[in-house]
Amino acid sequence: MIRLENLTKIFETANGPVVAADNVSMEVPEGEICILLGPSGCGKTTALKMINRLIPPTSGKIYIDGKDTSNQNDVQLRRSIGYVIQQIGLFPNMTIEENICVVPKLLGWDAKRARTRAAELLDLVGLDANLYLKRYPKELSGGQQQRVGVIRALAADPPVMLMDEPFGAIDPINREIIQDEFLKMQAKMKKTIMFVSHDIDEAVKMGDKVAIFRAGKIEQYDSPDHLLAHPVNAFIADFVGADRTLKRLRLVTAKQVTDADAPAVSRHGKVTDALAAMREHKAPVVVVIDADHHPVGYLTEEMAEGASGLVQELAQPLPATVPAGADLRAVVSEMFAHDIMWLVTVDDDGRFTGVVTQPAVTRALGATYRGDDVAAT
Amino acid sequence: MRNNPKLSRLLGLLAAFGLGVWISLSGLIDQIASHWDDIVYLSQQHIVLVAVSGGLAILVGIPTGVWLSRPSMERVAETIMQIFNVGTTIPTLAVIALAMTVMGIGFVPAVFGLFVASLLPIVRNTYAGLLAVPPHLKEAANGMGMTPGQILFRVELPNALYVIMSGVRTALTINVGTVPLAFLIGGGGLGELIFTGIDLMDTGTLLAGAIPTAMLAVLVDFLMGQGQYYLIPRGVNPLR
Repeated sequence: MIRLENLTKIFETANGPVVAADNVSMEVPEGEICILLGPSGCGKTTALKMINRLIPPTSGKIYIDGKDTSNQNDVQLRRSIGYVIQQIGLFPNMTIEENICVVPKLLGWDAKRARTRAAELLDLVGLDANLYLKRYPKELSGGQQQRVGVIRALAADPPVMLMDEPFGAIDPINREIIQDEFLKMQAKMKKTIMFVSHDIDEAVKMGDKVAIFRAGKIEQYDSPDHLLAHPVNAFIADFVGADRTLKRLRLVTAKQVTDADAPAVSRHGKVTDALAAMREHKAPVVVVIDADHHPVGYLTEEMAEGASGLVQELAQPLPATVPAGADLRAVVSEMFAHDIMWLVTVDDDGRFTGVVTQPAVTRALGATYRGDDVAAT
Repeated sequence: MRNNPKLSRLLGLLAAFGLGVWISLSGLIDQIASHWDDIVYLSQQHIVLVAVSGGLAILVGIPTGVWLSRPSMERVAETIMQIFNVGTTIPTLAVIALAMTVMGIGFVPAVFGLFVASLLPIVRNTYAGLLAVPPHLKEAANGMGMTPGQILFRVELPNALYVIMSGVRTALTINVGTVPLAFLIGGGGLGELIFTGIDLMDTGTLLAGAIPTAMLAVLVDFLMGQGQYYLIPRGVNPLR
């Protein structure tokens, strides 16, 4: 847990004092990622760097796991906090192994334990330890260097991590991949993380909480969904963008809005039964499944009306399916691509799990405005 | 004129061969060889002068460069570097002469003059090399909890090592070439043969001093180059 209490930083410059952080108070619960977001010069990086005292606070307190850090020695404090910077900052004179082992060595681990830890961490980000431990940073690609930068900060297993635009210098494709990898790692590690970003999409994707800064003050500190759905003022609304509701699509999975009771029939069933099932459920479509529950086709009311015989004679092949775990952005994108109002969801083995409809999506996004907070879960 | 590498190589070889023929016919080799004992003895003196003055310059120059590169020195460092620069414009001969007026003649003032001549490249390269270490490396090191000493020895110096060693290489090579002046104030070295040869208009004696001096300079440069290649970590070594 990280708690900031009335944290203030005033820089004395030639043109008079500049307030970089103005009475910042916030709390990041254990195991959560908090994104500090805002335009450049808003004080987010200053706030972050005051936590490991790279910038000494003018006033205010910082608590880590309930302990006031102002009594702690700078060097000891920093060794207990993981730190990742945008420029990565791998030491070019050291091998990857030596880079990862910097903090463990500072903490006095024996060499063997540190080496085992380095190999383990490389495995965690999918880099072959035998291949990479003895290499130098310049022999790695940018994405690989960034991964090493992150695991170096994790080497001594600090409970708290500070990340200053850690994925800012990578190309968009690799950034997505590394972000996903990091989220997977975080799901197991449960570190308490402060993360500076200037990218609202990254904040929405990575953050459990987002704090938006302006002129050294926190304007809003909220969950990403709440921030997008209920910006407190015009600045926030402007900052998160006019398409903020579309951004919320990313925060909900198909599973959360899937109608799991959507009607499904075997391909050897009768068309009349299928029509009856559709009418009973008031569903726009009935999904045709094979013996293994894999969706293979569909029937609409229009197609079934007045027809007889077996389902397989009339059924049309499905235009698309989506995994149940996909976010609504992917779902809506598929719907738009195929000009359809509904989409079949499948589990990891490709078995039918239900149907998502466009009205269900809009209902989920609108729920927060009606007071029943379905989408925020 | 067209540049023909084959032709120019052939001409070069012919010229070298002709020079060799001329030297052996003129009896220069025998003249030089007749000084063999002197060459050995004076070369040792020469090397000692280089080692002592160069070693002192390294011992003083690198810490000075480190000191000037510290953030607390930021305001005055450039001024001090300018003083060093101006100091270097004084010809080494003048420095040696001044040293003699204060310290008398012999080994000590000679070493002092050579030390002063070698100091600047070392200080300048140490200072510039350390300033060129990217700030984000220092930030990362600082943020990871290294002490200022650890940052200096584990991050800054290794990353500046190539530039620092280039400074030492330049300094020592210049030093070897400057040592002959030490003879003028009784410091010894191969200058004894060179200046005697000039005074007596005796080409053989002159060359007996000049050729070993030139070879020493080339050797020192070569050894420093090897040192740069093998001693600097591969990750920050532009040579490999």
